[in-house]
Amino acid sequence: MRGYVLSRCGQAVPVLFGVTLITFLLTHVALGDPVRAMMGQRADPEVVARIRAEYGLDKPLWHRYALYMGKLLVGDLGYSYRQGRPVSATLAERLPATARLAVAAMVVALVLGMTAGIVAAVRHNTGVDLLMMTLSLLGISTPVFWLGMMLILLFAVSLGWFPISGYGDGAFGHLVLPALTLGALQAGYIARMTRSALLEVLRQEYVRTARAKGLKERVVILKHGLRNGILPILTLAGIGLGDLLVGAPLTETVFAWPGLGRLLVAAVGNRDLPVVLGATLLFALIFLAANLIVDLVYALVDPRVRLTE
Amino acid sequence: MSEGARRGTGRSVRGFFSGKWQWSLGIVLGSLILLFSGVMALLSTLLAPYDPTRIPEGLQGFSLLPPRGDHWFGTDLLGRDLLSRVLYGARISLLIGIVVELVVTPIGVIIGLFAGYFGGRMDSVLMRTTDAVMAFPALVLAIALTAVLEQPGLLSVIIVLTAVRWTTVARLVRGQVLSLREAEHIAAIVALGAGKGRIIFRHLLPNCLALILVAMTFGVASNILSEAGLGFLGLGVQPPMVSWGSLLAEGAVYLTVKPWLCVFPGLAITCTVLGFHVLGDGLRDVLDPRLRS
Amino acid sequence: MRNGSLLTVQDLRTHFFTGEGVVRAVDGVTLSVRPGETLGLVGESGCGKTVTALSILRLVPDPPGRIVGGTICFDGRDLLRLPEEEMRSIRGCAISMIFQEPMTSLNPVFTVGEQVAEGIRHHQKVSRREAWDRAVEVLRRVKIPDPARRAYEYPHQLSGGLRQRVMIAMALALGPRLLIADEPTTALDVTIQAQIIELLTGLQEEMQMAVILITHDLGVIAETADRVVVMYAGRVVEEASAEQLFETPLHPYTQGLLESLPKLEAGKRHRRLTAIPGLIPNLLDLPTGCKFAPRCPKVVGDCWPTEPDLREVRPGHWARCILA
Repeated sequence: MRGYVLSRCGQAVPVLFGVTLITFLLTHVALGDPVRAMMGQRADPEVVARIRAEYGLDKPLWHRYALYMGKLLVGDLGYSYRQGRPVSATLAERLPATARLAVAAMVVALVLGMTAGIVAAVRHNTGVDLLMMTLSLLGISTPVFWLGMMLILLFAVSLGWFPISGYGDGAFGHLVLPALTLGALQAGYIARMTRSALLEVLRQEYVRTARAKGLKERVVILKHGLRNGILPILTLAGIGLGDLLVGAPLTETVFAWPGLGRLLVAAVGNRDLPVVLGATLLFALIFLAANLIVDLVYALVDPRVRLTE
Repeated sequence: MSEGARRGTGRSVRGFFSGKWQWSLGIVLGSLILLFSGVMALLSTLLAPYDPTRIPEGLQGFSLLPPRGDHWFGTDLLGRDLLSRVLYGARISLLIGIVVELVVTPIGVIIGLFAGYFGGRMDSVLMRTTDAVMAFPALVLAIALTAVLEQPGLLSVIIVLTAVRWTTVARLVRGQVLSLREAEHIAAIVALGAGKGRIIFRHLLPNCLALILVAMTFGVASNILSEAGLGFLGLGVQPPMVSWGSLLAEGAVYLTVKPWLCVFPGLAITCTVLGFHVLGDGLRDVLDPRLRS
Repeated sequence: MRNGSLLTVQDLRTHFFTGEGVVRAVDGVTLSVRPGETLGLVGESGCGKTVTALSILRLVPDPPGRIVGGTICFDGRDLLRLPEEEMRSIRGCAISMIFQEPMTSLNPVFTVGEQVAEGIRHHQKVSRREAWDRAVEVLRRVKIPDPARRAYEYPHQLSGGLRQRVMIAMALALGPRLLIADEPTTALDVTIQAQIIELLTGLQEEMQMAVILITHDLGVIAETADRVVVMYAGRVVEEASAEQLFETPLHPYTQGLLESLPKLEAGKRHRRLTAIPGLIPNLLDLPTGCKFAPRCPKVVGDCWPTEPDLREVRPGHWARCILA
């Protein structure tokens, strides 16, 4: 088990390196000169040069990467061109809202997706199966933000059940529609995966053994079936988190949700590169961390992984 | 049973391309939906009732009209006909979806073939790069890239999506090559001393075609969704060019008061993407009977 | 027809509805088992032995399979007419089954103790603790060394022989009156096969239960079975006491099986039954007359038009052959 954990963590190192290299290159291959953009074309060249030096923009590329990594290791992502504040402070401010939304969306995705998938598998080849699979197909075919808009029209504008947008100081009602929006795509994927994984597992001989023991069908499916079928679902959920984060900038924009995604979009509009790249990097780190956690949970669920040195 | 098993031996592609079509409901249904979208996009110049950029005289009377007889989808703020704009938007959205996939697929296939066939250091470098790119949520990286690329527009959308979307195919092809290398008929060819190029392009590649075809179908769907996302954020094609994404960006402002501006472009996206997904599912079922339930 | 039996299967028909046609996997099988006896069920793979067994427990995968006719009387009740709820209370309790492949038949993600205990817990509503203790006891009974510790292990940590012992423990945990053992030794090493058979026969005597032993290994049958039913293409082709069958086999198919058996020399009896010329029949495309006719060395013209009935040629010895 310890070997497994260490090797998984070890595998993450080169990827981390690659990720930082990408964000670094993006920063410095940027075609526009942010200082000039910030100060305008008529700025005093001397002032421009001084500010460039201050931001380290006058050094050679490799040198700047070393500096960049050195700063990254202490959590220094530079200063926002716009606000002049440390990027890390801005990110830290925005992270909780996105985390809240992502976790809620993942819960929505898992609950809706697995329920639909299980129902479809149990009622394999019936109308219920068809309905569930049609719904999940719709879930993965709808643009996230458009689904958000339609949910707003239906549940906020017409029915008035939930607020149209905003964070509402963390009130639960404000979380419902964004979480549904962001979770729908993953719910669709998870439903399809759960169904096929469960159908596969239910063909296994140990399921027949469980039935031969006289267990209730519910126990057979939920205990013997799902416990085995959950491994591929878990993997998918890990990858799915990436897809989920894809939707974050869009969902946050639709619902005026004060998270990282909206920060990113706003920063792009302001050409505030340190913030753009800081947020981008943070998204990647969240994704990597989530995948690592999924791998470890995987090991906990499957004794064949857990007990092999 | 035995019939299905025989078809599942990985050489199904040959049967597939030699005309031994095995129709599935998914293929038929998906093709029909896409045929509809495709015809609408190709013939948009003929079918569109109005010039999508024409701002009518006497703007007041035409601005933000709800759907009615002469404007089936209503009109936007400048009185332009939404149906015409959705039809013209289809051209750009489908164009981006397909072009990006056509660019991305060969890149991904080459990387996947090389990584899988040569293994070792080549594999490590290529796959760690792939992992690094995949660690970024695709749209987030696309947004960041757009920010770096100065002016958003048709070209930047294609470049940006290409940069983030090659990884899926690379991964899939590499996995397939790894398992093929173990397969007996490939091992036999290697043992016979065939050259590297011959093994890769004459033997490995054809065995990956089914997988690639399915991946491309889903890929186009994914590209269309990504374009819509970028367009919605104002990072897609710029006016006067219209795509479904940019239509949604324009409509979003009036969401709660003039909902049709968002409903119709969104429906167009959903239907088209659904078509690609249904087709992809159908193709996968036919080409890979092991996955059929 | 046979009185005093524990289980009577009458004219059982189990068909599989596939895309290519209806496979009559079991087509009119009749057999019975008396309390405490061992009935051997013999035939090549695909002859319907396992489907017969699964039909008795009503575990035929549906779709594509379905029991389309017949009765299965167990202890005076027709199992095919029981509501699912009651059928469940019989499975694993009064009738148990052991499967061929202990690796795939055990759930990889639960400890073996849990897999034995859950049946006990489910049928007798006892506490988790007590069920576990009893599971350990059963594991001891099937001669698993250090059962208290082994109970905490997972299937992949056990050897093939121990896994099959776990399967047996699961099946016997509630003292069934009928045990169906489907090729219990096929997947095991030769040396371990003998141990498992010995364990089974020992426990059978101890617990006074009836056993249906499904196998293609006539050597095992010779050692253990009281009576033998030979199946071919979903039908019973011969039924007799073990002695009768080995002394005077009546059906040419049985004769072929016996001839392919290497004269019971020590250590050789695990040879598979492949020596009969011809292919295992395609159940979708069977001849109208005797189903064995295409492969039969003694075939005559009368074999082809109509299928012979199962006749009692001698007292207690039945055969489905016009030459018998």
